[in-house]
Amino acid sequence: MNGLDLEVARGECFGLLGPNGAGKTTTIEILEGLVEQDAGEVEILGRHWRSDRAELRRRIGVQLQETQLNDKLTVEETVRLFRSFFTDGLNVAELLDVVELGAKRRSFVGKLSGGQKQRLAVACALAGRPELLFLDEPTTGLDPQSRRQLWELLARFKADGRTILLTTHYMDEAHVLCDRVGIMDHGSLIALGTPRELVASIGAEHVIEFNVDGAVPEETVLRALPGVRDVRARGDAVALATSELHSTVPALLRYLGDRHLALSLLSTHSATLEDVFVSLTGRQLRDA
Amino acid sequence: MRDRGGASHPLVELTMARFREFLREPEAVFWVFAFPVIMTCALGIAFRSRGAEPVIVGVVEQAGAPALRQALEASGRFTVRRIEPAEIERTVRDGRAPVVVVPGTPPEYHFDEARAESQVARLAVDQALQRAAGREDVFAATERPIDAIGSRYIDWLVPGLLGMNIMSTGLWGVGFSIVQARTRKLLKRLVATPMSRAEYLASHVLSRLLFLTLETVVIVGFAWLVFDVRIRSGVMALAILAVLGALSFGGLGLLVASRARTIEAVSGLMNLVMMPMWVLSGVFFASSNFPEPMQPFIQALPLTALNDAMRGVMNEGLSLAAVGGEVGVLAAWGLVSFAAALRIFRWQ
Repeated sequence: MNGLDLEVARGECFGLLGPNGAGKTTTIEILEGLVEQDAGEVEILGRHWRSDRAELRRRIGVQLQETQLNDKLTVEETVRLFRSFFTDGLNVAELLDVVELGAKRRSFVGKLSGGQKQRLAVACALAGRPELLFLDEPTTGLDPQSRRQLWELLARFKADGRTILLTTHYMDEAHVLCDRVGIMDHGSLIALGTPRELVASIGAEHVIEFNVDGAVPEETVLRALPGVRDVRARGDAVALATSELHSTVPALLRYLGDRHLALSLLSTHSATLEDVFVSLTGRQLRDA
Repeated sequence: MRDRGGASHPLVELTMARFREFLREPEAVFWVFAFPVIMTCALGIAFRSRGAEPVIVGVVEQAGAPALRQALEASGRFTVRRIEPAEIERTVRDGRAPVVVVPGTPPEYHFDEARAESQVARLAVDQALQRAAGREDVFAATERPIDAIGSRYIDWLVPGLLGMNIMSTGLWGVGFSIVQARTRKLLKRLVATPMSRAEYLASHVLSRLLFLTLETVVIVGFAWLVFDVRIRSGVMALAILAVLGALSFGGLGLLVASRARTIEAVSGLMNLVMMPMWVLSGVFFASSNFPEPMQPFIQALPLTALNDAMRGVMNEGLSLAAVGGEVGVLAAWGLVSFAAALRIFRWQ
């Protein structure tokens, strides 16, 4: 990791975004005081790990990416255990209610679904009424409904004026949850801002994706179409970033029609953080 | 009383978590409770006091055999087997008869010098034949066979089995769960809370005490009911030794598991630590069988100390003060390994 410089304000939800291996987990574990940085300074809640470790441990909540809680304990026993480490916070029953696991409190951890396990992990992270919550890929591998459920839970935590720092490789998650995001790639921060600012920064609000049968049109020709800011071709698939959907689409269709090229697919969407990543790195997030 | 939101003190919660985790693992329960009882039972039956058993003697079929067989059978101490001349060596080697006699003047004894049983059989046969041939004993010593409770092999064996069990469950019980928590990144998650690391380690040792009570009651209770094994210095003295042993081996378990990253690695280390003690520390046979120069090393092993102290308390009626040396050895092992484990422990 190099030259990572960022500041997260209290009450903010900040997302570190990037593909696997970008350095998100290392970054968050340095902030959590679990990994020592080689150089540089970390300040959390106005404190430092070196001098105020015990205090910081009481004031932050942590959810790690790879932790497997003990399968042989029940949900309630697990929360009780984590709650016992703190001298302030919600009581065990309240914690279970917050993560909507009250009905599951006598179930063994090993019998929970992926979404329920993640909510249990969050309950453990919330046990000490943390001012700052760290979440490392909290919704990876969850079904859409479980993800939505977790998002709502985090939105409620944030509404309470508390701070969240999370990592994710889901751009939609960052869009929904985060006030600001930092995009990471190969250990560096390559973009920083609100989701809206970042999308605006690529200068194109829309993305047109199409496939043609036969010869792929020349990139220079496509780049010359009205409104086009960027062109990316991957095999038969082409993506155009454009600021003027209404003029680019008719021009593209006219061009293809003149050359008798048949479209096998055409779609448009508003630019997302995903497109920001593609435009910055030239790679798709999921295969980066 | 501090606010813990309905939870107890972390040391209690950690210990209970460990205890529950164990009880909900049926295999673990079998190896800790059922296995030692089965073992005590099997060994007890194998080595039960049988009184004087007849000695088996092979007699080679050739001239003079009937007279020789008659002389042996007349003494009432032998079971005679007829052996073909070609089978002599195989009979002794396979243990079908510890000694084979070839009739003649004088007769010839075939036996295995390295086996006590074989030597004893040879002496008994020799004595019977010499007497039958007319030798007079110079005197007749008075014989008093010892079969009193406290001096049988089973009385000697039960404390050793208990000690071995305290050792293996202490090491396995602590080591396995620690390494498992490490590979599942649970340790890393726990150190991200304000949990005290010493309390975490202590909870593993303490949870051992809960199992220990069960283990000891099962083994000693079984030995008492079935073999009438007694504790001469009282249950309290034995209980104190068992607790001390469990704490000591719990600490050793922590040390063994303090760096290992995989179950395979910790299993190897456990065996490396336990194997010498199984052999040297007097579980099945007395450690005095080993040469004198090894004795200081053997006496310093925690299992030797535990076994000797428990035998003293159960069979010889010694007080705890009388086994103070052993108690000191156990306490030192426990304290040193706990402190060392806390220093070198790998949390991630």
